[in-house]
Amino acid sequence: MTDALAFIGYIRDHPDQFRQLFLQHLELTGVSVAVGLAIALPLAVLASRVEALAKPMGWISGVGQTIPSLAILALVLPWLGIGFVPALVALTVRAILPIFLNAYIGIRDADAAVIDAARGMGASDAQRLFLVEIPLASPVIFAGVQTALVQSVGTATLAAFIGGGGLGDLILQGLALVDLPVLLAGAIPVALLAMAADLLMGGLRRFLVPAGLQVRSA
Amino acid sequence: MRTLAHDPGYALLLTLQHVEIVGIAVLVALLVGIPTGIGIVRLRWLEAPVVNTASVLYTVPSLALFAVLIPFTGLGPEPAVVALILYSLLVIIRNTIAGIDSVDPAMVDAARGMGMTAAQRLVLVELPLGLPVIVAGVRLAVVSGIGIATIAAYVGAGGLGILIFDGIRTLNPDRVVAGALATSALALLADWGLLRLEKVLNRERRRPVEAGMA
Repeated sequence: MTDALAFIGYIRDHPDQFRQLFLQHLELTGVSVAVGLAIALPLAVLASRVEALAKPMGWISGVGQTIPSLAILALVLPWLGIGFVPALVALTVRAILPIFLNAYIGIRDADAAVIDAARGMGASDAQRLFLVEIPLASPVIFAGVQTALVQSVGTATLAAFIGGGGLGDLILQGLALVDLPVLLAGAIPVALLAMAADLLMGGLRRFLVPAGLQVRSA
Repeated sequence: MRTLAHDPGYALLLTLQHVEIVGIAVLVALLVGIPTGIGIVRLRWLEAPVVNTASVLYTVPSLALFAVLIPFTGLGPEPAVVALILYSLLVIIRNTIAGIDSVDPAMVDAARGMGMTAAQRLVLVELPLGLPVIVAGVRLAVVSGIGIATIAAYVGAGGLGILIFDGIRTLNPDRVVAGALATSALALLADWGLLRLEKVLNRERRRPVEAGMA
């Protein structure tokens, strides 16, 4: 382990390759969580409004959460082939699940008395949703996005298996060549990125969630 | 699917390898995690440092963790087992603490009133009553472990992930799908079985209380 820090040298010697893979990793992670949020939030509102849908949708997302990430990537492969886009689709599917489950539970468990009070004040359905229920649910929704983001940083390393790029490329290259510095040039930045995403989301939550609704992080 | 249907022996071997990796890792995590959780309930100041360390480890992506472990463990099932132990420790420790905390203090007081020692209270009251929460942690550890062990096939651990990686390498979509379905089925089965166990334990736990209140 004398050359434990040799990976820094590798990154310094290959700045363009590293920058490209790093940005690709950020793109896979960011886009999948953003699209996942855009899909999951309306679905959660729908499930909270249409009771007949709540159970099957909850069941599907429960089963989906149980399925291994690599299996989701593998299931996308025969359908979309290899490359960046199939990896992005698989990551998005993976990101939808925790966001949906958290948002649905958050909206469902919003204090009924507060919603009644809003109704009593003459708030319309849309006003109730956007001004009362979603803000009340925001700590739980945020926790879901946090889980999805940290998970997505990790799952994005698997994109390399189906030619999706990202820092996983360096790990696979390092494993194939039995080249420790290359392997660590992928692994260590990914680990740091996951921790940074967790810290960032924790900080954002403290900043964005109304003070009266702060909960201890899950 | 033809590959698996035509060679059930191979599928069984891969499944057993998969179960073995996850089983050993979760067992070791239980042997380390439950005493650690019990210790933390007694020495509360340990909670933040231990749980935070385990949480940081938990955020490290599995492929990155395998990669970092390989210089120490070599290729094979070892990096997978070590990584799974490290991941499982967080949920086991956290749920052991939560399980013991969930026990009604009146029960513990009653046990004390009956003259039980601290060790008797722990073994006869706190652990049995906290068991459903601990089992919930085991379920989480097993299900995520089955998923992570799939990836470990890439570093020579064996298991059902081999089907997926072989399928990708040989551009054989049938094999990829077979592997994906097999690992998913294993994860769903484990989840279902342990959830049943949790429910049974919960019922057992509630019964005497309900009877007493009737």
